Amino acid sequence: MAVQTAAKKERAPFDYDRYLRPKKLPHIWCPGCGHGIVLKSLIRAIDASGLTKDQICMVSGIGCSSRTPGYVDFNTLHTLHGRSFAYATGVKLAKPELKVIVISGDGDALAIGGNHFIHTCRRNIDMTILVYSNFIYGMTGGQYSPTTPQGAIATTSRFGNIEPVFDCCDLAKAAGATFVARGTSYHCQDLEKTILEAIRHKGTSVVEIIDQCPTYYGRLNKLRSATEMMEKFEKNGTVSVKQVDKLPPEKVEGKLLRGILHRVERPEYCEEYDKLIQDAKGK
Amino acid sequence: MAEPAKKPANIVINESLCKGCSICVDFCPTNVLAMNGSVVAVKNLEACTKCQLCDLRCPDFAIQVF
Ligand SMILES: Cc1ncc(C[n+]2csc(CCOP(=O)(O)OP(=O)(O)O)c2C)c(N)n1
Ligand code: SF4
Ligand code: SF4
Ligand code: SF4
Repeated sequence: MAVQTAAKKERAPFDYDRYLRPKKLPHIWCPGCGHGIVLKSLIRAIDASGLTKDQICMVSGIGCSSRTPGYVDFNTLHTLHGRSFAYATGVKLAKPELKVIVISGDGDALAIGGNHFIHTCRRNIDMTILVYSNFIYGMTGGQYSPTTPQGAIATTSRFGNIEPVFDCCDLAKAAGATFVARGTSYHCQDLEKTILEAIRHKGTSVVEIIDQCPTYYGRLNKLRSATEMMEKFEKNGTVSVKQVDKLPPEKVEGKLLRGILHRVERPEYCEEYDKLIQDAKGK
Repeated sequence: MAEPAKKPANIVINESLCKGCSICVDFCPTNVLAMNGSVVAVKNLEACTKCQLCDLRCPDFAIQVF
């Protein structure tokens, strides 16, 4: 009996190589960087979606997170800092049959690319946007970003950051995104399911992913390891939307919600554009 | 009659990909893994429940369990 239970539990290891460009590994990310964990959740979600590699176009801007497309065997575009959304919009309009997935950092999407981000959400163009939110500009050496918590140290806020943060999910929802969710690299299995739902959604879907930059955010803020950061910000710093109503207020206060936060239907941009073309032709 | 032995886990570590972050060691629920210098090593194979949490959270495609 014990043997059977063990056998039932047994799962074959997931074959990531099918989706990777294995010769590109090891990737450039530092030891303990959350971006690699997120990439694995994303690959498993794509596998579960049933989409073929050729049906996907992955687009990114610039940043450590934006290096992701270099490691995967899809149609990929590594573009300009903050401009991935404009490129992705072009790809989707030219080839609406593709599943467009945008990979961005908190700096890429919410600072330099903030304008492109909100207008993409407003149009409700069919694409999935992942925002890897590690509270800092990793690639350029740890400058503060729109998600750096107040009081936190960055190379450009040596005495503590005085700026209030953007809540990426609130921003996406207010701008018009029709699917908004949050996950973490610690809850990597939930994240896989959330990304799968985002991919299946028709319209602009945004997933903010809290992950960790041990090299800059961790070191500057005296967090000794990736593990400590995952425990503090991801495991203990978030609450699942499914549990939030059952918890006493003191267990929820100051924590970010995790899970699917907003899901509605609204006309999709490419389809509306198509209707316009058909109408004009008929005239 | 003696209980048939449970099939021990296969823990495959790719030492050339492991960056020694210790995430897998720290989050293993049954203390199977340990750091050996800058790479991970198996210290207590019998305790492995094949939960695959180490594999799922490794940022570097460096450990698999089956
Ligand atoms: C137009 C332009 N401005 C500035 C830069 C420099 N730059 C490169 S990456 C980056 C920030 C990246 O931070 P984030 O998007 O949060 O990604 P992370 O590296 O943390 O994953 C900056 C400012 C650039 N490449 N292009
Ligand atoms: S600098 Fe930070 S974000 Fe960039 S790879 Fe290193 S840990 Fe990751
Ligand atoms: S599979 Fe689970 S029990 Fe086994 S080493 Fe990995 S984390 Fe530990
Ligand atoms: S999580 Fe991966 S990279 Fe980090 S120590 Fe374990 S096997 Fe090595």
